[in-house]
Amino acid sequence: MKRVTLALTLAIAAGLSAQAADAQTLKTVKDRGMLSCGVSQGLPGFSSPDDKGNWTGLDVDVCKAIAGAIFNDPSKVKYVPLSAKDRFTALQSGEIDVLSRNTTWTISRDTSLGANFTGVTYYDGQGFMVKKSLKVNSALELNSASVCVQTGTTTEQNLADYFKANNMKYEVIAFGTNDETVKAYEAGRCDVFTTDQSGLYANRLKLANPNDHMVLPEIISKEPLGPMVRHGDDQWFDIVKWTLFAMLTAEELGVTSKNVDEKAKLENPELKRVLGTDGNFGEQLGLTKDWVVRIVKAVGNYGEVFDRNVGAGSPLGINRGLNNLWNKGGLQYAPPIR
Amino acid sequence: MSTEARKPPPQIALKIRRILGGKAGWNGVAVQLAFAAILGWIGYEIVSNARANLENQHIAAGFGFLRNNAGFDVNQTLISYTGSDTFLRVFVVGLLNTLVVSVVGIVFATLIGFIVALCRLSPNWLLSRVGEIYVEIIRNLPVLFQILFWYLAVLAALPNPRQSISLLGIAFISNRGLVIPSPIGGSGLAPFLVVLAFGIVAALALRFHARRALFQRGQVIRIWPYVLGLLVGLPLATMLVFGLPFTFELPQLKGFNFAGGSRIIPEFVALTLALSTYTAAFIAEIVRAGILSVHKGQMEAGASLGLSRGATLRLVVVPQAMRVIVPPLTNQYLNLTKNSSLAVAIGYPDLVSVFAGTSLSQTGQAIEIIAMTMGIYLLISLLTSAIMSVYGWRVSRSLGA
Repeated sequence: MKRVTLALTLAIAAGLSAQAADAQTLKTVKDRGMLSCGVSQGLPGFSSPDDKGNWTGLDVDVCKAIAGAIFNDPSKVKYVPLSAKDRFTALQSGEIDVLSRNTTWTISRDTSLGANFTGVTYYDGQGFMVKKSLKVNSALELNSASVCVQTGTTTEQNLADYFKANNMKYEVIAFGTNDETVKAYEAGRCDVFTTDQSGLYANRLKLANPNDHMVLPEIISKEPLGPMVRHGDDQWFDIVKWTLFAMLTAEELGVTSKNVDEKAKLENPELKRVLGTDGNFGEQLGLTKDWVVRIVKAVGNYGEVFDRNVGAGSPLGINRGLNNLWNKGGLQYAPPIR
Repeated sequence: MSTEARKPPPQIALKIRRILGGKAGWNGVAVQLAFAAILGWIGYEIVSNARANLENQHIAAGFGFLRNNAGFDVNQTLISYTGSDTFLRVFVVGLLNTLVVSVVGIVFATLIGFIVALCRLSPNWLLSRVGEIYVEIIRNLPVLFQILFWYLAVLAALPNPRQSISLLGIAFISNRGLVIPSPIGGSGLAPFLVVLAFGIVAALALRFHARRALFQRGQVIRIWPYVLGLLVGLPLATMLVFGLPFTFELPQLKGFNFAGGSRIIPEFVALTLALSTYTAAFIAEIVRAGILSVHKGQMEAGASLGLSRGATLRLVVVPQAMRVIVPPLTNQYLNLTKNSSLAVAIGYPDLVSVFAGTSLSQTGQAIEIIAMTMGIYLLISLLTSAIMSVYGWRVSRSLGA
């Protein structure tokens, strides 16, 4: 990890990242024939490799959707697994084109890292997991507890704020990677494991006896997770931003990976606009007219992606909740494609 | 007729020509200067290019972030620290944690290393095999695995705080670490410390006096009763007059953990154990080589003077071996200090973990933070080398070499 950071730092220092400074990310990606996408080192539901080395997850599907829109081939993605503390350096140095790695959108990250968030792929919040045998029912009963956390995350700061605000003492043990953190929690080094609530459910599956552990009801923070791109390339920013909006719009219009071809033939003016038989929004983005069709064929609409990776159709079984569409009681809302 | 001696050319110019130019003379000097200029230019280009790139991408730069609030907590702090302190303080906290694990590690590594070396050299078959097996196993396994092994082994062996092992009811061992009573200064603290300091100085003066008498006049003075009186009797008497210097705060189980008392965290124990046993294997070989480099006639000479094996080693062989041992020993000390940066794997809050890890990620200022971290490691290493050089120089001097 240390070596990666160092190498990336030197890469910036030496100015080797020629494409970092100019605004030609789409051209670079096309010339390379591959999208380079920064993902996590293994978080089930968001980005994790299976036993054959194929990456799956919600964040991975964002990468696949972008690759689908550009190449009409969702497999043209090179996944770069990054730890929490290496992720921004990798983006800054030009090592990756987009960071899609359960990263919380905050003002400091938007303004001081030389990168922008393009949207929110998952509305999350920080929670706590404890062993059931501790007989704790609320985070407010955690005074003097030991807490395991992954270093280099907003989680670490929220934790400090929460315990201070509630006048509770605690001991923090911060680890470099998610797996080390979970291992230490399981070994009994700490009473509490804290991360985004989706991550708690995902990591609980990794434990030997998931049913011995419970997620406490409190959500102590807002954690809007989304993809990030470098400053200074508005076209690329638009492509990544509208890829997510395309997935949301498809769900809103009932377009799925199964019926997209039939829907494209319908004489509905909105469908014709979105699916590219009318207008040229895709070309204005630097893509093709049928960009939404390509995205939906690659990964499906947002609802399909959610269900397959973290929702009812996955081992995580997380409710749509805040991540439902705006007209179904959630927060997911795409500006109109027109 | 008078022959005037030709004026010798200025020495300084000759010296420059010899050092820089070598056989090539002034041409060589010109080449060297050009080379230095090119190096300087490359360095300047790298710095200005990086600065321009950062500016283009609107990445925050400069050292202003050091004054910002860190906003996260650290598990082990030798100086007081809370989440509302600055990143500069995080830097100091991390640095102190690195130093404490390095110093404790170096002390234990040296002790274990010398013991293992003496085992390997022992005429006892069993002892020397044990020493050999230790060295061959420990030095051939990657140190990161040894750190993880000790960490998981230490954690697995210990109970949770509610079932902690009690030592006489005042100290407790659990998987949260070792909790011991912590001293709290009382009314008698100041006079106690003054008297203790006086006692130590007076005892050292006595020892100096006694050694001089021994070396110059061959006179043996018995000083230990006076030293005992100065170091124990006098402070005790002060306590009777001024009251106890400190009282002890006992740790108590409260909720999940112990409140009060001082704590040694398991991460520290695991890291120190792993680093000192690992480095000890290398030190053992260095010490063994050093001792074997002393001619065996020295050992025989000691024996013929009637010295025991231990006394011969201590008084005759080891002092001579030190000259060979010190330079490679310095390398091992430096390695141990640098290996302590592997702490991040087990959550020990060393400099790399809290500063080059957490702080870097919170601020995103990779270049500044990595440069500061590299600079401080360089400084620590250079200081260690300097101290060991002085020690090595004193050892050689005392041997008259």
